[in-house]
Amino acid sequence: MIDSIWLVMAFPLAGTVLLHFLGKRIGEPIAGWIASAAIGGSFVVALIAAVPFIRGDGATGHVMLWNWMPALGASFEIEWDPLAALMTLVVSGVGTLIHIYSVGYMHGDERFSRFFTYLNLFAFSMLTLVLAGNFAMLFMGWELVGLCSYLLISFWYTKPSAAAAGKKAFIVNRIGDFGFVIALMMVFTTFGTLSYSGVFDRAGDLLTEGAATAIGLLLLVGAAGKSAQVPLYVWLPDAMEGPTPVSALIHAATMVTAGVYVVARTSAIFELAPAASLTVATVGAITALWAATIALAQNDIKRVLAYSTISQLGYMFLGVGLTAYVAGVFHLMTHAFFKALLFLAAGSVIHGMSGEQDMLKMGGLRKHMPVTALTMGIATLAISGVPPFAGFWSKDEILAVAFEAGGYATVLWFLGVLTAMLTAFYMTRQFVLVFMGKSRWEEGVHPHESPRVMTIPLMVLALLSIGAGFVNTPFFGNGLEHFLEPSFEFATLAHPSGGFPMFFLLAGISVIAGVGGIVMAYLAYNRPRELWERFQEGFGKAWTAWAEAYRVDDFYGKVLVGPGKAAAEAAAFKLDLPIVDGAVNGIARVVRSVGSGTRTVQTGFVRNYGVTFVIGLVAMLIWIVVRGA
Amino acid sequence: MLTWLIAAPVIAAVVVMLIPSKRSELHLPVGMALSFVPLAIAGVIFYDFKTGEAAFQMVERIAWYRPWGVSWFVGIDGISLGMVMLTAVLFPIALAASTSINKRIKEYVVSVLFLEAALLGVFVALDLFVFFVFFEAVLVPMYLIIGIWGSERRIYAAVKFFLYTAFGSALMLAAIIALATLAGKQLGAPTFAFTDLLNLDLAASTQHWLFAAFALAFAIKVPLFPFHTWLPDAHVEAPTAGSVLLAGVLLKMGTYGLLRFNLGLFPQATVDFVPVLAVLAVIGIVYGAAVAIVQPDLKKLVAYSSVSHLGFIVLGTFALTSAGLQGAVIQNVNHGVTTGALFLLVGMIYERRHTKKISEFGGLAKVMPIYAGFFLFMAFASIGLPGLNGFVGEFLVLIGSFATLPVYAIVGSVGVLLAAIYLLWAYERVFTGEPLKEENRILSDLTGREIAILVPLAALVLLLGLYPKILLDKTAPSTEAVLDRIVAQTSYEVPDSGRLAGLFHVESNR
Repeated sequence: MIDSIWLVMAFPLAGTVLLHFLGKRIGEPIAGWIASAAIGGSFVVALIAAVPFIRGDGATGHVMLWNWMPALGASFEIEWDPLAALMTLVVSGVGTLIHIYSVGYMHGDERFSRFFTYLNLFAFSMLTLVLAGNFAMLFMGWELVGLCSYLLISFWYTKPSAAAAGKKAFIVNRIGDFGFVIALMMVFTTFGTLSYSGVFDRAGDLLTEGAATAIGLLLLVGAAGKSAQVPLYVWLPDAMEGPTPVSALIHAATMVTAGVYVVARTSAIFELAPAASLTVATVGAITALWAATIALAQNDIKRVLAYSTISQLGYMFLGVGLTAYVAGVFHLMTHAFFKALLFLAAGSVIHGMSGEQDMLKMGGLRKHMPVTALTMGIATLAISGVPPFAGFWSKDEILAVAFEAGGYATVLWFLGVLTAMLTAFYMTRQFVLVFMGKSRWEEGVHPHESPRVMTIPLMVLALLSIGAGFVNTPFFGNGLEHFLEPSFEFATLAHPSGGFPMFFLLAGISVIAGVGGIVMAYLAYNRPRELWERFQEGFGKAWTAWAEAYRVDDFYGKVLVGPGKAAAEAAAFKLDLPIVDGAVNGIARVVRSVGSGTRTVQTGFVRNYGVTFVIGLVAMLIWIVVRGA
Repeated sequence: MLTWLIAAPVIAAVVVMLIPSKRSELHLPVGMALSFVPLAIAGVIFYDFKTGEAAFQMVERIAWYRPWGVSWFVGIDGISLGMVMLTAVLFPIALAASTSINKRIKEYVVSVLFLEAALLGVFVALDLFVFFVFFEAVLVPMYLIIGIWGSERRIYAAVKFFLYTAFGSALMLAAIIALATLAGKQLGAPTFAFTDLLNLDLAASTQHWLFAAFALAFAIKVPLFPFHTWLPDAHVEAPTAGSVLLAGVLLKMGTYGLLRFNLGLFPQATVDFVPVLAVLAVIGIVYGAAVAIVQPDLKKLVAYSSVSHLGFIVLGTFALTSAGLQGAVIQNVNHGVTTGALFLLVGMIYERRHTKKISEFGGLAKVMPIYAGFFLFMAFASIGLPGLNGFVGEFLVLIGSFATLPVYAIVGSVGVLLAAIYLLWAYERVFTGEPLKEENRILSDLTGREIAILVPLAALVLLLGLYPKILLDKTAPSTEAVLDRIVAQTSYEVPDSGRLAGLFHVESNR
């Protein structure tokens, strides 16, 4: 089976190529079904290839496709290990559902087939990222998903805000890449190769703690860009300009988790750099809380989810930063299910409300969109950490590790618990504002449930949001832990001890935080508008700060973009033209007055120039002869 | 074979000259058709080229004037192979993109064909005298192309181009003569043959002077900061084909010359001058990119991006590592393909709108989706998106430079970030939003001819991006030989990770 693993990448690539050239002719809805079948095919192949790992007798497989840059030890090669397998299953599984959903969501768009071209290209890119067997190919996937993100955020490019958001996403990611590339330089300089096995097998021998820390921190810079962590998260809220399935697939379930994946993948390096690991954890915890506070006060249904995604990614960073790689990846997986569901359900709401995204203009929708309301409710419980839904198990595992690590990590644990409460609060606020209470719709809006092509993916994801958490519980013999362990052979895995009193104590605190958040939000918002508006006003300036996302964009504009542009303008118009070129022209003027013969250009006879050239050449020859003798 | 390669465009030029001036409709098609002959010959050369061999191949050497040791001496190795291929590919494309030339078509086609012959000569000449003649001969047709078929300020730009670059080569000529004279003393007879001059025993101070003279000539050609200001002017005024050839091939005479002659002939001086060249390269990378961001003119933007991209090539060259040198060699080709394509694209919109000002456009993606697609594709190739060609060169250069020039490599990587800024911002302003201006709303998308011009370049972008091995396998032995010679003749040592040998070892362990 391992020899056919390349099919996982080949299917969506073939879909991309086919739809790129023939998509318009194929048209709606067949183009969408072709794309869905392509990514679905990847899922099937990956599932079959993952069976040995699930059985517990699988071995890491290498497939060499072809040589790319031999001087760097970089080729197109697939490394099929449990971590790659899990990521592939999540990407292709959730991806397939979102592809199918999109057939309904994008119905009627004039660039319907182009959308699926990009979606398939994204699937191919993301699978390249997770299947790569070396850092160069990883970086290729890393950049290609950035490209797809750019293309899909600005899919409706005639809208200036969409075009700007796509550009912003790519450029902010490139800032992260700056760190990433330097990390790769250091890796290559240390190991003489970029291949995973050449690096990880020898990391313990060749890396000093200082070098490992530097590489780890630089990888974190890249990861913070891709996974929207503080301070590079600012592109993700804007990325909501893209069609909602894109937000679900790229900006919630898959691409943004690439940073978490990279930290997990390079666990052999982080193992040698405890300081870098702890920095990852700290960035994660701070991001989790930071974004959660902003999410509290957002009124746009997608922006709430965008900040929520940033916050949840923070949990994953906290997990992998505490070397609880399995817990981090576990949360990555459950989050992929419930956050994709939240976005798709939000998309269903937007679809049913004729494009309305402002939650203040919603309300009471549960009667009109029962399936959407029910599935979104399940996802809300899952993200809020209510047992036995999926989010509870994965989030709790991370928090338990943080608590048991003790010392400094206790602070991180506290931030995590606080975030858990805020999460439950803002998610419930969202649910109540959208689905409960009285309608606040604008005139002419006739909410309706979405077609089945959209609601069936919602139901499948709802089932996963309910049940997927069990895979790493004692009920299933901590299946995920055993499944993933071979991928972390060089790392000391942190995992909760699971001792009897401690487990229930910590779980109890989490549950209280989650349920407390839900109850508070329900009480605050399930009442007339004036009352909850007064409630919000009660927070005073804090609420404004959250609603304005702390004005970080303005700050970056003033501190970075403005001066940067001014510097470029100074270089171009104050330095390059008058000084550098001015000096040249000064000299040139002198030379030209001497060689006035060149003015014959204006007489326009080509032959004259030819003659001049020959004469010049002869003169040079003579000069050479004289000098040479 | 190589002699025929150079002769083919000359013969083509003569054929075009023989066509009566009245039949002006024939000049361009005939010239273009005949430009496929050198391409075919180059194809045969590429096919016959022995992979894994460092030495010059297909060598032809005929004594020309013995008293001075001048000979017709041509040959090809891994360093020149890519340049020859690039030249042979770009010329038919440049001619195909010249249909808007409407005056003196015959002279134009003849100039272009002579330019091709001279450029091919530059890349295969192994006699420094012959090299110099070709090097200078390039100036004349290019000068004419800018000066006659350029836009408003063409005279200024052409003269600036000519004088600036001619000034640089005067010093190089003195250095070449000095080398031949030294050969007369040391080897018994003066010679201009590159392979003979390698046997000279040059004192460090002599090397420094000669290195500086060569380096200045090439630095102007590249162009390296602060010698770059002729380039934006030349590009803005040149007709489309002129820009394509200028950026695509002419600039590469500088980077090629640095690698071939400066590294080849003056190993000690190379090692000593690394800091100077590396500083200028990195300034070029960052400065060129920064200046490109705020250019109001699309063509100037691409021109300044060349300054930035060429900086990478020089950085990789003077990193003196396997990966750095390979990156430099392949980036020469890559930049020719992508920037050539970007200039073609700018030319196509200029032919429709008669302006290159970014602020004049907006919303073009809606009116010209195919054009927008090609532009974005080439922009991302230029930005260095992995999978496309630009990445391979820049990545090899950056990773390869870190072992010996870590600080420069780090600063250089800023250029990769800036490239995304200037190209995507330009794309945003030109292509996205609604087409508000009436003139833009009526634009027609690319014609079949224009698509046919761009497709081969797009194919090369993908081929070199995904399978650069097709070229790297042939170039690596020659760049390794250059490195070996520097190590043998100086106290310089390539760090472990910077050597190819160690890498193959790692791979074979797996």
